[in-house]
Amino acid sequence: MATVTVPKEEKTAVVTSPESTQKTVTLRIARINPPESTETKFEEFKVPVQKWTTVLESILYVKQNLDHSIAVRYSCRQASCGSCGMKINGKPRLACYTKISELESNVITIEPMNNFPIIRDLAVNFEQLFSTHKKMKPFIINEESEVNSDTKEFIQTPQDLEKFLQFSYCIKCGLCNSACPTMATDTSFIGPQGLAQAYRYTADNRDKGKKDRLKIVDQSHGIWRCHFAGSCSNVCPKGVDPAMAIQLLRGYLLGFGK
Amino acid sequence: MRESIIMKIHYGTALGAVALVAVHILMRMSQKFSDSLAYQNVLANYHFLPYALMLEVILVLLSVHGFNGLRVILLELKQGATYERAINYGSIAAMAILIAYGSRTILMAGMGIS
Ligand code: HEM
Ligand code: SF4
Ligand code: FES
Repeated sequence: MATVTVPKEEKTAVVTSPESTQKTVTLRIARINPPESTETKFEEFKVPVQKWTTVLESILYVKQNLDHSIAVRYSCRQASCGSCGMKINGKPRLACYTKISELESNVITIEPMNNFPIIRDLAVNFEQLFSTHKKMKPFIINEESEVNSDTKEFIQTPQDLEKFLQFSYCIKCGLCNSACPTMATDTSFIGPQGLAQAYRYTADNRDKGKKDRLKIVDQSHGIWRCHFAGSCSNVCPKGVDPAMAIQLLRGYLLGFGK
Repeated sequence: MRESIIMKIHYGTALGAVALVAVHILMRMSQKFSDSLAYQNVLANYHFLPYALMLEVILVLLSVHGFNGLRVILLELKQGATYERAINYGSIAAMAILIAYGSRTILMAGMGIS
């Protein structure tokens, strides 16, 4: 049986350029393994980078070549799936959407997102985010259906679409929730992600679920616990602007806006 | 009570307080600051019924606003059904006590009891 072995040199030659021009940075990766230990240790790895190398690629380089045991969640590698949120040099960002070069630093500190329970290392638990998202009824509520033979397609003008389009770009990455100062202490707070989605569907002219959703967000750990810090919109990688959505939704409750 | 109603009261009391505290400060400025604190002048304020009533309204507005604000801070600090119930009733009790104590001062000064 013929076996093919890839020469070691060739393998590294693909990912690195000649030693002299090689730029390397140090990744400081947080290692934590609850419940065994709640203590965070930082491990340092030197990784080669090109100007297009993303933080996710550099973490995967470490996993392939230096330490395969680092826990990290990712999937699409193109800012679509919302899996790879983490704190990079202190700010919540998508690892696949952050280039090392844009950080302008030779030391990159990578930690799990704040305000989420840590599973291990960089992987956090999204259960609460998803269950809160579901509670917001993230779907069109309408007795009539577009698919019945005797009904017509719901009409939606470009102006109708404008009202919610921006907020429909959410990929549920949770960066906004991790940046939110209320979420840091109020574990029952709906959070910017859920509130923005409550607005997205309420503002949709095909939807008739406004009353239901307003009731859900109008509780003691709901929309009123937003204090206009705006950190959510500052970190959102998709330009959703959850802080704006929250204010627009609050407008409904205060009697402004239709 | 629904949270939106509570927060409408919170914003309303803030606006009301801005208006009435402005009147309160302007009244103080109608005389020299040291005069405004003179014993007889202070007592005269309480004997002037519209002004005493305004002080009472400021007292109510700021007690409600302040203790509801404190309730909000405490709700965000820690969670739990028993704790939250204690916070809700505790803040109502604190509002009532502060309003009662302040009203006592306004009433006694107004009636000339000291
Ligand atoms: C008269 C001027 C005032 C205005 C216009 C005002 C306005 C406000 C507003 C709009 C909020 C809500 C902020 C938020 O939801 O993020 C708030 C919260 C609060 N206020 Fe006032 N307020 C005033 C005076 C006071 C006074 C005199 C007190 C103390 C007795 C007070 C105590 C609080 C507390 C404890 C909070 C909760 C903290 C917070 O939500 O940030 N306020 N105020
Ligand atoms: S609003 Fe933005 S930051 Fe928040 S979950 Fe959606 S995409 Fe992520
Ligand atoms: S891997 Fe999918 S968003 Fe980053």
